[in-house]
Amino acid sequence: MSISAILFWVLSVAALFSALMVVTSRNPIHSVIWLIVTFFAISGHYILLNAQFLAVVNIIVYAGAIMVLFLFVIMLMNLNKESEPARHRWLQLAGGVSGGALLLVLVAALKDTELKSQQSLMLEGNTGLIKTLGQELFSNYVIPFELSSILFLSAMVGAVLIGKKD
Amino acid sequence: MVIGAVTLWFILEKVILIASIIGLSFFIAMYTTLAERKIAGWMQDRHGPNRAGPFGILQPLADGGKLFFKEEITPVTSNRFLFLLGPALAMIVALVTSTVIPWGAPVVTSTGIISLQVADVDMGILIVFSVVSVGVYGIMIGGWASNNKFSLLAAIRGASQMVSYELPMSLALIAVLFMTGSLKMSEIVSYQMANGWNIIYQPLGFLIFFICALAECNRTPFDLPEAENELNFGYHQEYSSMKLGFYLFAEYINMFVSSAVMATLFLGGYDIPFVNEANWGLAPWLYSLISFSVLMAKVSFLLFVFIWIRWTIPRFRYDQLMNLGWRKLIPLALFNMVLSAAILLWLKS
Amino acid sequence: MQLTQRAKPVDRSPMTFLESLYLWNIIKGMGITLKHMFLKKATIQYPEEKRPFSPVFRGLHVLNRDAEGRENCTACGLCAVACPAEAITMEAAERVPGEEKLYREEKYAAKYEINMLRCIFCGLCEEACPKDAIYLSQTFAPANYARKGFIYGKQELLIPHPVEQPEAYQKALGDRQPASRNQNQPVA
Repeated sequence: MSISAILFWVLSVAALFSALMVVTSRNPIHSVIWLIVTFFAISGHYILLNAQFLAVVNIIVYAGAIMVLFLFVIMLMNLNKESEPARHRWLQLAGGVSGGALLLVLVAALKDTELKSQQSLMLEGNTGLIKTLGQELFSNYVIPFELSSILFLSAMVGAVLIGKKD
Repeated sequence: MVIGAVTLWFILEKVILIASIIGLSFFIAMYTTLAERKIAGWMQDRHGPNRAGPFGILQPLADGGKLFFKEEITPVTSNRFLFLLGPALAMIVALVTSTVIPWGAPVVTSTGIISLQVADVDMGILIVFSVVSVGVYGIMIGGWASNNKFSLLAAIRGASQMVSYELPMSLALIAVLFMTGSLKMSEIVSYQMANGWNIIYQPLGFLIFFICALAECNRTPFDLPEAENELNFGYHQEYSSMKLGFYLFAEYINMFVSSAVMATLFLGGYDIPFVNEANWGLAPWLYSLISFSVLMAKVSFLLFVFIWIRWTIPRFRYDQLMNLGWRKLIPLALFNMVLSAAILLWLKS
Repeated sequence: MQLTQRAKPVDRSPMTFLESLYLWNIIKGMGITLKHMFLKKATIQYPEEKRPFSPVFRGLHVLNRDAEGRENCTACGLCAVACPAEAITMEAAERVPGEEKLYREEKYAAKYEINMLRCIFCGLCEEACPKDAIYLSQTFAPANYARKGFIYGKQELLIPHPVEQPEAYQKALGDRQPASRNQNQPVA
C-alpha cells in the first residue's frame, strides 16, 4: 500500500467519523469543533488530489471564518444540554427520512459521473494549482466568476442594510 | 529505504529541521519575554529584571520554572477537555506557521541541496494565512471552556478582532503578490533579491500589514482580548500554571513568526541589502549561516518595534478598533491594491 | 477667568482622516519612548545602594545606654504619657545592690514595650524623655509574619553595649546622635 493510499484511508475515516460526531454530539460547541475537524480532513483530501489552493481556501474560509462565526453565535446563545428544546420522536424520524432522501439523490446523481481510476493524484495533475486555476477562472469561466462576485456583493449590501438599526 | 517517493534521508533532514525550528522558536520566544521586560524598563527609566544571572539573562528560565511549579487549577464548572484543548491549540497554531518560512539560503552539498525551509509549497503564504485564521480557536475555545463571563467576552472580542483584521491583511498582501507573481515564499524572496525589497514599492502595504499583524498577535494597542482593566485578565483568566504559560508563550511565538513572515514578505527575507552576496564565493554552509543571521537581525528589529509600540501606545477602545479596521484599513488596503494593479498594468503595457 | 498663560481651550473639532489614522501622533510618542531608553535610570538598586535618609528621619526607637553601658531609662513614664498613639508600656522596678553596672539610677524599666503597629514615629517620646533614654534611629521596622512580632521589648530596643560590643554600638548609634547628648554625664 503506497503512502497516499494510507493517507486516503486515514483521512476518509477521520472525515466520516468526525462528520458523524457532528450529528450525534449533544453539545453544540462539540458539534462545531467536530465540523472543523471534518473540514481539515476534507482539506487533506484536496491536498491528496494536488488541489492545494482549494485545500488552503477551504481552511481559510470555512474553518477559519465561517466556523468562527458559528462558534460565536453558539457561545453567545449559550446553548447547552439543559436549554435544548425537547424533540419529538416524529421530528427525528422526519429528519432521518429527509436526510436519507438527500443521500439517495446525491448517490443517484453521482453514480454515473466519470471516476478517475486512481484514488488520489498526489503530486500529479495541476488543475488545483493556483496558476491554472486563476487562468481558468479569468478566461473560460470569467462570466460565472464575475456574476457570483456580484451575487456576493449584493448579499453583503443586504446584510449591512439589515444590520443597520434604523 | 524508500517510502513512496520519499527517502529516509529526506525524512531525517526534515525532522531535524522541524525540531531545530521549534527549538529556535521557543528560544527566541523566551528571550523576547526578557527583551520585553528589559525594554519596558528602559523606556520607563528603570533597569528591568537584572537579578537572575548577569543582566538578568536567566530570568526567562526562572519565569518558566515558576510557571511549572505553580498549582494547576481547573475550574469545576469548566469543560475539562476543551479547557485543555484551548492552550494546546494556541501553541500548535503558533508553531505550525513557521513551516513555510525560508530561514536561510539553501545549503548546497555534494549529495544535494538542503533547503532551510520545511515545506516550499506552491501555496506558501496562503498556508500562513490559513493557520492564522485557525488561530482564533485557541482563544475562543479556551475562553468559552473557562465558563466565566469575562473570559467569554474576551474570547468573543478576540475572535471578532482577528476576523476583522485578517481582511486588510490579506488585501495588503495581494498588492505584494501582484508584484512577485507567486505565492511561494522562496520565490517571493528571490524576487526581492533581484528587484529590491517589497517595502520600497509597498510602504503603505507594509504599514497596513504591520498594523494587522499587531492585531493578529493581540499586541498592544490591540490587546483587547486580555484587557486587564475591563476584563480582569481576558480569555486566560481561569488558567494557571503551564497552561497559562502556553497562552503567554504562544503570544510570543506568534510575534516571532509574524516578524519572520513580514521580514520575508517585505524586508527581503534572508537577503543581505546593498551587496550581491552570491559573488563572494563563500562556502555554501557559511553563506547559509550568514543569510540566516541576516534574517534573524531583521526579525529582531521587527520584534523590537513590536515591543516599542507596546510600551508607547495605550490600548484602543473597542469601537475605535473596529472603526480602524473596517473604515480605515480596508479602504486604504483596497486603494493600495487598485493603485498597485494600475501601476503594474501601466508599466507592463 | 484666565489663571495661567498656558491654558488652552479644548479642541473638540472632529478628527480629519489623517488624524484619525493616529499615525503622526504615534510616531511622536514612539520618539519619546525611544529617547527615554537612553536617559538616566531613576532606579536605586536597593540592597547595594540605599537612598540617603534626611538628617531628621525618625525610624525605630533605641533605648540608650551611657558610656559605661548602663541603661539610661528610669521608667518615669513620661514617654508613655507623651505618646499620642499610646504605643508605649512599661513596668518599673527598683535596682538592687549589685546591679549598679546595669542601670544608671535606682529605678529602671523591668519591662519596656513599644507596639510598632501603633507607633506613628512622631518622636514625641524622644522629646519627653528627661534622661535621653530613648531616641529614634535611622532604621525602620522590618516586615514580620505575626502581629506579636511588632511588639518590641527591651531585647530589641536596647542599644548594644558600648564596652562589650563597641562596633555594633557605633552602628546602632548612627549619625543622628547629636554631640550634645549627655553620654558622659556623671551619675546623678
